Amino acid sequence: MTAKTFAQKALERASGETDLQPGQIVDAFPDLYMSHTASWRCIRTLEKMGVEELYDVDRIAMVMDHISPAQTAKTAADHQLCREFAAKMGVKHFFDVNAGIAHIVLMENGLVKPGQLIIGTDSHSTIYGALGAFGTGVGFSEITAAWVTGKLWMKVPQSIRVQVEGGLPAGTYPKDVMLRLIGDLGADGATYCSVEFGGSFTEAMSVSERMTFCNLAMEMGAKNAFVAPDQTTVDYLDAAGARDYEVMLPDPDAEYQRTVTVDGSSLTPQVAVPHTVDNVVGVDEVAGTKVNQVFIGSCANAKYDDLAIAAKVLAGHRVADGVRLIVTPASASVMAKAAADGIVSTLIEAGAMLTNPGCGACAGNGGAMADGEATFSTANRNFQGRMGSYDSKIYLGSPATAAATAIRGSIAHPAEVDG
Amino acid sequence: MRFTGRCWKFGDNIPTDRLVKSQYVFEPMSEIVKHVLEDLNPAFPAEVRPGDIVVAGRHFGQSSGRAIATKALQATGIGCVVADTFARTFYRNCFEIGLPALALDGVTDAVSDGDVLTVDIATGDFRNENTGATRTGAAADPFLLQMLDAGGLIKLAAARSDLFA
Repeated sequence: MTAKTFAQKALERASGETDLQPGQIVDAFPDLYMSHTASWRCIRTLEKMGVEELYDVDRIAMVMDHISPAQTAKTAADHQLCREFAAKMGVKHFFDVNAGIAHIVLMENGLVKPGQLIIGTDSHSTIYGALGAFGTGVGFSEITAAWVTGKLWMKVPQSIRVQVEGGLPAGTYPKDVMLRLIGDLGADGATYCSVEFGGSFTEAMSVSERMTFCNLAMEMGAKNAFVAPDQTTVDYLDAAGARDYEVMLPDPDAEYQRTVTVDGSSLTPQVAVPHTVDNVVGVDEVAGTKVNQVFIGSCANAKYDDLAIAAKVLAGHRVADGVRLIVTPASASVMAKAAADGIVSTLIEAGAMLTNPGCGACAGNGGAMADGEATFSTANRNFQGRMGSYDSKIYLGSPATAAATAIRGSIAHPAEVDG
Repeated sequence: MRFTGRCWKFGDNIPTDRLVKSQYVFEPMSEIVKHVLEDLNPAFPAEVRPGDIVVAGRHFGQSSGRAIATKALQATGIGCVVADTFARTFYRNCFEIGLPALALDGVTDAVSDGDVLTVDIATGDFRNENTGATRTGAAADPFLLQMLDAGGLIKLAAARSDLFA
């Protein structure tokens, strides 16, 4: 028996095959099929197939997150179609427009477990690796095919090991680690690969921070990402009500295509500048760049701890004149906790505009920019034209850098405004 | 599965957001297809002809996994798409909708706009008929070829229920 990576083990479990090698294509049976607002496309495809019987309705999870609440009669009809389908078919895991971003909602609800294979109609489905699951993005018709047949083709990926060691300097966060890594490896540095994170810093991270790691792994092309489950993971799963799972770990002597080591202690806050995520510089290189809008949101960085960090920086300050600060909590439970702890009031007193949970401006739902404007965002993408005008710019960074930038009205190091 | 057609050459790291800009995502395909890749080459959507071949550089189709990007490319009538490397979800989406795709590292060095190319998706063979240059990529997996033959995943699932039993 040769030593195996996490990806080899997870796809062997999901396919029932043994001794899988990178490059092999298998039929895999996912444990969960996530579809977001575009679930209506999956339903329409199913209607065209003329199939009534589904493989396992309990493996379907639908979350109305990308456009919430509906903006037009068309999106309202799409939501309506999904609601009616869920009721008719008995889809238990249906989350409506009030719930928040699919990835976060599913993990909060104990629907993501170690060792599972989870497919989603969203490229950032790599995030499920934060709980030791194999999560990967697929197309709409692929979800429909899985509803009917229970399976989907999967290529066994090569694996890359990323060791993040040491502690981070003040004002520097997991988002900065990932941006530096994406900048160094490039947007295609891990294409089709499984990225396994390890090292002392990774082990010390919260589950929320691990989500940021695994989410952003997609931006270097990863097929999936993984952090080995430990007591931190188990505590999160217990609180989320996840039961009956088996932790799956890579063999210690598994073979990796490459191993990359990151020294956290030498990092500074990082910024991805227009118009690609791998165009990354230290914050000092762009400090002083004027922005018109700051967006704290997305599945990368709008969880409870992200809002808490932003509130800590913003407390006692005001957002600069002429700057719009939009805060979109990742989920309803994040928002409720932030409201109970006074974080929401701190943000509002500083001049922030709180929106309902969901994908918000990251998915083009509000927060559009006019010609010549710039946004500093905690999201995961900055491609040209993603947030409104084709003649606008998006900068990406951590919630702390975003909050400091909102106060200054131009890109700023969090330490500049702290305390 | 062999294609011969005129080459349209594009660069590296083209995101799906540039294949179909967000302002067109919710338009009907008849409108979207008029704007595919327009800001990278305005002549492309206007002059592309059925059977032409799109050749792109590294990490073609990065960013969002929106299948609309591959569908729009398919709607131009091109025979197939070849790239140095593909983004993972874009590559999946090509097969899902039945658009033949070949990953062939170094292909952009061997072509210019307007060259006549011959591409065999099944064997991975590639030839530039203007220059005589040849390249060979990996042969396609039989399952992926079946999917292309059927016209995509859903058509395959509908036609071959035995494969999905």
